[in-house]
Amino acid sequence: MTTLVFNRRTLLAAGGTVLATGMSGLLLPARAAGLAPTPSMSGGSNNYLKGAPTVARIGKGGFWMSGTVRRAGDGAPLAGQRIQIWAHTTEGREEDQRSHGATLTDKDGKFRLEMPQIVPIFGQPHGHLAYDSGEFQTVFLRPVMRSAKETSLEAHFVLQPA
Amino acid sequence: MRLAKVTLIWAALAAAIGVPIALAATSPQLEWRDPIYILGGFSGIVALALVLVQPLLIGGYLPGLPAYRGRRAHHWIGGALVAALVVHVGGLWITSPPDMIDALTFTSPTPFSPFGVIAMWAIFAVALLAALRRRLGLRPQTWRIAHMTLAVVIVVGVVAHGMLIEGTMETVSKAVLCALVVAAAIKVMIDLRVWRRRATPRGESPARQ
Repeated sequence: MTTLVFNRRTLLAAGGTVLATGMSGLLLPARAAGLAPTPSMSGGSNNYLKGAPTVARIGKGGFWMSGTVRRAGDGAPLAGQRIQIWAHTTEGREEDQRSHGATLTDKDGKFRLEMPQIVPIFGQPHGHLAYDSGEFQTVFLRPVMRSAKETSLEAHFVLQPA
Repeated sequence: MRLAKVTLIWAALAAAIGVPIALAATSPQLEWRDPIYILGGFSGIVALALVLVQPLLIGGYLPGLPAYRGRRAHHWIGGALVAALVVHVGGLWITSPPDMIDALTFTSPTPFSPFGVIAMWAIFAVALLAALRRRLGLRPQTWRIAHMTLAVVIVVGVVAHGMLIEGTMETVSKAVLCALVVAAAIKVMIDLRVWRRRATPRGESPARQ
Protein backbone atom coordinates (compact mmCIF):
# COMPACT_ATOMS: atom_id res chain seq x y z
CA MET A 1 0.00 0.00 0.00
CA THR A 2 1.11 3.49 -0.66
CA THR A 3 0.77 6.08 1.97
CA LEU A 4 -0.13 9.59 1.01
CA VAL A 5 2.33 12.00 2.48
CA PHE A 6 1.49 15.65 2.46
CA ASN A 7 4.42 17.86 3.15
CA ARG A 8 4.60 21.56 2.57
CA ARG A 9 6.04 21.16 -0.94
CA THR A 10 3.41 18.75 -2.27
CA LEU A 11 0.71 20.79 -0.63
CA LEU A 12 1.98 24.00 -2.23
CA ALA A 13 2.33 22.32 -5.60
CA ALA A 14 -1.13 20.80 -5.43
CA GLY A 15 -2.62 24.02 -4.13
CA GLY A 16 -0.89 25.99 -6.86
CA THR A 17 -2.21 23.66 -9.54
CA VAL A 18 -5.75 23.87 -8.23
CA LEU A 19 -5.48 27.64 -7.98
CA ALA A 20 -4.04 27.97 -11.50
CA THR A 21 -6.71 25.82 -13.13
CA GLY A 22 -9.42 27.39 -10.99
CA MET A 23 -8.38 30.94 -11.75
CA SER A 24 -8.04 30.36 -15.48
CA GLY A 25 -11.48 28.77 -15.38
CA LEU A 26 -12.77 31.91 -13.75
CA LEU A 27 -10.95 34.29 -16.03
CA LEU A 28 -11.49 32.74 -19.44
CA PRO A 29 -15.29 32.96 -19.75
CA ALA A 30 -15.13 36.47 -18.34
CA ARG A 31 -12.74 37.52 -21.10
CA ALA A 32 -14.91 35.85 -23.70
CA ALA A 33 -18.12 37.47 -22.46
CA GLY A 34 -16.57 40.85 -21.61
CA LEU A 35 -18.31 43.16 -19.17
CA ALA A 36 -21.05 41.31 -17.27
CA PRO A 37 -24.50 42.90 -16.98
CA THR A 38 -25.53 44.42 -13.64
CA PRO A 39 -28.06 42.23 -11.86
CA SER A 40 -31.04 43.84 -10.14
CA MET A 41 -30.55 44.29 -6.39
CA SER A 42 -32.97 42.75 -3.93
CA GLY A 43 -35.57 45.28 -2.85
CA GLY A 44 -34.53 47.50 -5.76
CA SER A 45 -38.00 47.75 -7.26
CA ASN A 46 -39.76 48.56 -3.97
CA ASN A 47 -42.16 51.50 -4.30
CA TYR A 48 -41.38 51.83 -8.02
CA LEU A 49 -43.86 53.95 -9.97
CA LYS A 50 -43.65 53.24 -13.67
CA GLY A 51 -43.00 56.16 -15.99
CA ALA A 52 -41.58 58.89 -13.77
CA PRO A 53 -41.29 62.13 -15.75
CA THR A 54 -37.91 63.37 -16.97
CA VAL A 55 -37.12 66.37 -14.78
CA ALA A 56 -34.34 68.93 -14.40
CA ARG A 57 -34.39 68.33 -10.65
CA ILE A 58 -36.52 66.43 -8.11
CA GLY A 59 -38.05 68.85 -5.60
CA LYS A 60 -35.76 71.51 -4.20
CA GLY A 61 -32.57 69.49 -4.70
CA GLY A 62 -29.40 69.62 -2.61
CA PHE A 63 -28.39 65.99 -3.10
CA TRP A 64 -26.79 64.43 -6.19
CA MET A 65 -27.52 61.02 -7.62
CA SER A 66 -25.10 60.09 -10.39
CA GLY A 67 -23.73 57.15 -12.30
CA THR A 68 -23.01 55.59 -15.65
CA VAL A 69 -24.81 53.36 -18.13
CA ARG A 70 -22.78 51.00 -20.28
CA ARG A 71 -23.45 48.10 -22.60
CA ALA A 72 -22.72 44.56 -21.43
CA GLY A 73 -19.90 42.86 -23.31
CA ASP A 74 -17.88 45.71 -24.82
CA GLY A 75 -18.66 48.25 -22.07
CA ALA A 76 -19.55 50.98 -24.56
CA PRO A 77 -21.21 54.01 -22.92
CA LEU A 78 -24.92 54.25 -23.71
CA ALA A 79 -26.16 57.76 -24.48
CA GLY A 80 -29.75 58.97 -24.11
CA GLN A 81 -30.82 56.22 -21.73
CA ARG A 82 -33.59 57.06 -19.28
CA ILE A 83 -32.80 56.34 -15.64
CA GLN A 84 -35.59 56.64 -13.07
CA ILE A 85 -34.70 57.66 -9.54
CA TRP A 86 -36.67 57.70 -6.29
CA ALA A 87 -35.97 57.67 -2.55
CA HIS A 88 -37.25 58.64 0.87
CA THR A 89 -36.04 62.22 1.18
CA THR A 90 -36.52 65.29 3.30
CA GLU A 91 -39.34 66.22 0.95
CA GLY A 92 -41.30 63.01 0.68
CA ARG A 93 -41.71 59.31 1.07
CA GLU A 94 -40.59 56.69 -1.43
CA GLU A 95 -44.09 56.01 -2.69
CA ASP A 96 -44.95 59.70 -3.15
CA GLN A 97 -45.13 60.75 -6.81
CA ARG A 98 -43.09 63.88 -6.04
CA SER A 99 -40.17 61.73 -4.83
CA HIS A 100 -39.79 60.22 -8.32
CA GLY A 101 -38.00 61.61 -11.33
CA ALA A 102 -36.00 60.54 -14.37
CA THR A 103 -32.99 61.79 -16.28
CA LEU A 104 -31.14 60.88 -19.49
CA THR A 105 -27.53 59.82 -19.92
CA ASP A 106 -25.17 62.12 -21.85
CA LYS A 107 -22.92 61.08 -24.76
CA ASP A 108 -20.47 59.48 -22.32
CA GLY A 109 -23.23 57.38 -20.75
CA LYS A 110 -23.19 59.48 -17.59
CA PHE A 111 -26.22 60.70 -15.69
CA ARG A 112 -26.60 63.12 -12.81
CA LEU A 113 -29.82 64.28 -11.16
CA GLU A 114 -30.28 66.68 -8.30
CA MET A 115 -32.83 65.63 -5.71
CA PRO A 116 -33.68 66.31 -2.06
CA GLN A 117 -31.45 64.90 0.68
CA ILE A 118 -31.97 61.15 1.15
CA VAL A 119 -32.81 60.21 4.74
CA PRO A 120 -32.72 56.70 6.27
CA ILE A 121 -35.86 54.64 5.78
CA PHE A 122 -36.32 51.08 6.99
CA GLY A 123 -32.98 51.27 8.77
CA GLN A 124 -30.73 52.30 5.87
CA PRO A 125 -30.18 55.53 3.97
CA HIS A 126 -30.64 54.31 0.41
CA GLY A 127 -31.82 55.30 -3.04
CA HIS A 128 -33.59 53.49 -5.84
CA LEU A 129 -32.79 53.57 -9.55
CA ALA A 130 -34.38 51.82 -12.47
CA TYR A 131 -33.63 51.26 -16.10
CA ASP A 132 -36.99 50.16 -17.49
CA SER A 133 -37.28 51.43 -21.06
CA GLY A 134 -37.47 48.18 -23.01
CA GLU A 135 -34.45 48.36 -25.33
CA PHE A 136 -32.33 46.61 -22.71
CA GLN A 137 -33.30 44.26 -19.92
CA THR A 138 -34.84 45.98 -16.90
CA VAL A 139 -32.51 46.59 -13.94
CA PHE A 140 -33.43 47.89 -10.48
CA LEU A 141 -30.68 49.16 -8.17
CA ARG A 142 -30.79 50.02 -4.48
CA PRO A 143 -27.47 51.63 -3.48
CA VAL A 144 -26.90 52.33 0.24
CA MET A 145 -25.13 55.46 1.50
CA ARG A 146 -22.10 54.87 3.72
CA SER A 147 -23.43 57.55 6.03
CA ALA A 148 -26.73 59.40 6.26
CA LYS A 149 -24.68 62.64 6.21
CA GLU A 150 -23.47 62.12 2.64
CA THR A 151 -24.92 64.42 0.01
CA SER A 152 -24.39 62.24 -3.03
CA LEU A 153 -24.77 58.67 -4.14
CA GLU A 154 -23.62 56.71 -7.19
CA ALA A 155 -25.04 53.76 -9.07
CA HIS A 156 -23.77 52.13 -12.24
CA PHE A 157 -25.64 50.15 -14.86
CA VAL A 158 -24.30 47.60 -17.31
CA LEU A 159 -27.22 46.70 -19.54
CA GLN A 160 -27.93 43.66 -21.64
CA PRO A 161 -30.01 43.93 -24.82
CA ALA A 162 -33.54 42.72 -24.15
CA MET B 1 -29.68 52.64 53.01
CA ARG B 2 -32.29 50.12 51.95
CA LEU B 3 -34.46 52.87 50.56
CA ALA B 4 -31.46 54.31 48.76
CA LYS B 5 -30.80 50.96 47.09
CA VAL B 6 -34.41 50.54 46.06
CA THR B 7 -34.50 54.04 44.60
CA LEU B 8 -31.21 53.49 42.82
CA ILE B 9 -32.33 50.26 41.14
CA TRP B 10 -35.61 51.70 39.93
CA ALA B 11 -33.92 54.93 38.84
CA ALA B 12 -31.32 52.95 36.89
CA LEU B 13 -34.03 50.96 35.12
CA ALA B 14 -36.02 54.11 34.38
CA ALA B 15 -32.88 55.73 32.94
CA ALA B 16 -31.88 52.66 30.92
CA ILE B 17 -35.27 52.70 29.23
CA GLY B 18 -36.19 56.38 29.43
CA VAL B 19 -32.96 57.90 28.12
CA PRO B 20 -32.87 56.01 24.78
CA ILE B 21 -36.56 56.72 24.22
CA ALA B 22 -36.11 60.41 25.07
CA LEU B 23 -33.10 60.71 22.78
CA ALA B 24 -34.93 58.93 19.96
CA ALA B 25 -37.76 61.43 20.46
CA THR B 26 -35.32 64.24 19.63
CA SER B 27 -34.04 62.57 16.44
CA PRO B 28 -34.03 64.91 13.45
CA GLN B 29 -35.24 62.01 11.33
CA LEU B 30 -38.69 62.22 12.93
CA GLU B 31 -39.31 65.34 10.87
CA TRP B 32 -39.30 63.27 7.67
CA ARG B 33 -41.55 60.50 8.97
CA ASP B 34 -45.29 59.92 9.07
CA PRO B 35 -46.99 59.42 12.45
CA ILE B 36 -47.66 55.76 11.68
CA TYR B 37 -43.98 55.15 10.87
CA ILE B 38 -42.94 56.95 14.06
CA LEU B 39 -45.40 54.82 16.04
CA GLY B 40 -44.02 51.66 14.43
CA GLY B 41 -40.44 52.69 15.19
CA PHE B 42 -41.08 53.58 18.83
CA SER B 43 -43.00 50.34 19.36
CA GLY B 44 -39.79 48.61 18.37
CA ILE B 45 -37.85 50.58 21.00
CA VAL B 46 -40.51 49.77 23.62
CA ALA B 47 -40.28 46.09 22.67
CA LEU B 48 -36.49 46.22 23.13
CA ALA B 49 -37.00 47.81 26.57
CA LEU B 50 -39.52 45.13 27.55
CA VAL B 51 -36.99 42.43 26.60
CA LEU B 52 -34.77 44.02 29.27
CA VAL B 53 -37.56 44.01 31.87
CA GLN B 54 -38.50 40.35 31.39
CA PRO B 55 -35.40 38.68 32.90
CA LEU B 56 -35.29 41.29 35.70
CA LEU B 57 -38.83 40.30 36.71
CA ILE B 58 -38.30 36.57 36.57
CA GLY B 59 -35.05 36.88 38.50
CA GLY B 60 -36.80 38.92 41.20
CA TYR B 61 -34.20 41.68 40.85
CA LEU B 62 -36.65 44.56 41.02
CA PRO B 63 -37.37 45.78 44.56
CA GLY B 64 -41.02 45.35 45.52
CA LEU B 65 -41.42 42.63 42.94
CA PRO B 66 -40.03 39.43 44.44
CA ALA B 67 -39.86 36.45 42.12
CA TYR B 68 -43.42 35.20 42.78
CA ARG B 69 -44.96 38.59 42.03
CA GLY B 70 -42.42 39.25 39.32
CA ARG B 71 -43.61 36.10 37.58
CA ARG B 72 -47.13 37.54 37.29
CA ALA B 73 -45.75 40.79 35.96
CA HIS B 74 -43.56 38.75 33.59
CA HIS B 75 -46.73 37.27 32.06
CA TRP B 76 -48.32 40.68 31.59
CA ILE B 77 -45.15 42.20 30.16
CA GLY B 78 -44.93 39.21 27.81
CA GLY B 79 -48.38 40.11 26.52
CA ALA B 80 -47.36 43.75 26.20
CA LEU B 81 -44.27 42.67 24.25
CA VAL B 82 -46.44 40.80 21.75
CA ALA B 83 -48.69 43.86 21.45
CA ALA B 84 -45.70 46.20 20.91
CA LEU B 85 -44.40 43.84 18.25
CA VAL B 86 -47.72 43.76 16.42
CA VAL B 87 -47.79 47.58 16.37
CA HIS B 88 -44.13 47.64 15.23
CA VAL B 89 -44.69 45.27 12.31
CA GLY B 90 -48.10 46.78 11.50
CA GLY B 91 -46.76 50.34 11.46
CA LEU B 92 -43.90 49.39 9.17
CA TRP B 93 -46.24 47.40 6.94
CA ILE B 94 -48.46 50.44 6.43
CA THR B 95 -45.40 52.66 5.83
CA SER B 96 -43.92 50.49 3.08
CA PRO B 97 -45.62 47.16 2.30
CA PRO B 98 -42.98 45.93 -0.20
CA ASP B 99 -40.13 46.47 2.29
CA MET B 100 -42.06 44.64 5.01
CA ILE B 101 -42.89 41.74 2.67
CA ASP B 102 -39.18 41.47 1.82
CA ALA B 103 -38.34 41.33 5.52
CA LEU B 104 -40.98 38.74 6.40
CA THR B 105 -39.99 36.50 3.49
CA PHE B 106 -36.27 36.80 4.31
CA THR B 107 -35.54 38.45 0.94
CA SER B 108 -34.70 41.87 2.33
CA PRO B 109 -31.38 43.50 1.36
CA THR B 110 -31.04 44.87 4.90
CA PRO B 111 -28.88 42.65 7.15
CA PHE B 112 -30.89 43.42 10.30
CA SER B 113 -34.26 42.27 8.98
CA PRO B 114 -33.82 38.49 9.41
CA PHE B 115 -32.67 38.99 13.01
CA GLY B 116 -35.83 40.94 13.77
CA VAL B 117 -38.13 38.50 11.98
CA ILE B 118 -36.59 35.47 13.70
CA ALA B 119 -36.89 37.21 17.10
CA MET B 120 -40.51 38.05 16.27
CA TRP B 121 -41.40 34.41 15.58
CA ALA B 122 -39.55 33.36 18.75
CA ILE B 123 -41.56 35.88 20.80
CA PHE B 124 -44.81 34.66 19.26
CA ALA B 125 -43.77 31.06 19.92
CA VAL B 126 -43.01 31.73 23.61
CA ALA B 127 -46.30 33.58 24.08
CA LEU B 128 -48.22 30.75 22.42
CA LEU B 129 -46.41 28.07 24.43
CA ALA B 130 -46.98 30.00 27.64
CA ALA B 131 -50.68 30.36 26.90
CA LEU B 132 -51.12 26.70 25.96
CA ARG B 133 -48.62 25.26 28.43
CA ARG B 134 -51.23 23.74 30.77
CA ARG B 135 -53.45 22.50 27.98
CA LEU B 136 -50.51 20.87 26.22
CA GLY B 137 -49.46 19.30 29.51
CA LEU B 138 -45.86 20.49 29.05
CA ARG B 139 -43.53 19.14 31.72
CA PRO B 140 -41.73 21.91 33.63
CA GLN B 141 -38.41 20.68 32.31
CA THR B 142 -39.63 20.72 28.69
CA TRP B 143 -41.18 24.14 29.11
CA ARG B 144 -38.05 25.55 30.70
CA ILE B 145 -35.76 24.29 27.96
CA ALA B 146 -38.14 25.52 25.24
CA HIS B 147 -38.54 28.94 26.88
CA MET B 148 -34.82 29.38 27.51
CA THR B 149 -33.86 28.35 23.98
CA LEU B 150 -36.37 30.80 22.55
CA ALA B 151 -35.25 33.45 25.06
CA VAL B 152 -31.68 33.18 23.75
CA VAL B 153 -32.96 33.50 20.17
CA ILE B 154 -35.05 36.54 21.17
CA VAL B 155 -32.22 38.33 22.99
CA VAL B 156 -29.65 37.73 20.25
CA GLY B 157 -32.15 38.54 17.50
CA VAL B 158 -33.52 41.70 19.08
CA VAL B 159 -30.07 43.08 19.97
CA ALA B 160 -28.56 42.35 16.54
CA HIS B 161 -31.66 43.80 14.86
CA GLY B 162 -31.53 46.97 16.91
CA MET B 163 -27.79 47.54 16.68
CA LEU B 164 -27.64 47.18 12.88
CA ILE B 165 -30.46 49.63 12.22
CA GLU B 166 -29.73 53.21 11.34
CA GLY B 167 -32.85 54.86 12.65
CA THR B 168 -34.05 57.34 15.24
CA MET B 169 -32.22 55.80 18.21
CA GLU B 170 -29.07 57.54 19.42
CA THR B 171 -26.11 55.16 19.05
CA VAL B 172 -24.62 55.18 22.56
CA SER B 173 -27.88 54.93 24.51
CA LYS B 174 -28.97 52.16 22.13
CA ALA B 175 -25.74 50.23 22.69
CA VAL B 176 -26.08 50.60 26.48
CA LEU B 177 -29.68 49.38 26.42
CA CYS B 178 -28.70 46.42 24.22
CA ALA B 179 -25.76 45.56 26.52
CA LEU B 180 -28.11 45.62 29.51
CA VAL B 181 -30.55 43.33 27.70
CA VAL B 182 -27.77 40.80 27.12
CA ALA B 183 -26.39 41.17 30.66
CA ALA B 184 -29.81 40.74 32.30
CA ALA B 185 -30.52 37.61 30.26
CA ILE B 186 -27.14 36.08 31.10
CA LYS B 187 -27.46 36.94 34.78
CA VAL B 188 -30.89 35.40 35.23
CA MET B 189 -29.87 32.26 33.37
CA ILE B 190 -26.83 31.84 35.62
CA ASP B 191 -28.69 32.68 38.84
CA LEU B 192 -31.62 30.36 38.16
CA ARG B 193 -29.32 27.71 36.69
CA VAL B 194 -31.86 27.18 33.97
CA TRP B 195 -29.67 24.85 31.94
CA ARG B 196 -28.90 22.57 34.87
CA ARG B 197 -30.28 19.05 34.64
CA ARG B 198 -32.77 18.47 37.42
CA ALA B 199 -32.46 15.30 39.46
CA THR B 200 -36.24 14.99 39.60
CA PRO B 201 -38.11 15.64 36.36
CA ARG B 202 -41.01 17.26 38.18
CA GLY B 203 -38.47 19.15 40.24
CA GLU B 204 -39.30 21.68 42.88
CA SER B 205 -39.04 25.37 42.21
CA PRO B 206 -35.66 26.43 40.84
CA ALA B 207 -32.85 27.24 43.23
CA ARG B 208 -34.08 30.72 43.78
CA GLN B 209 -34.72 31.25 47.48
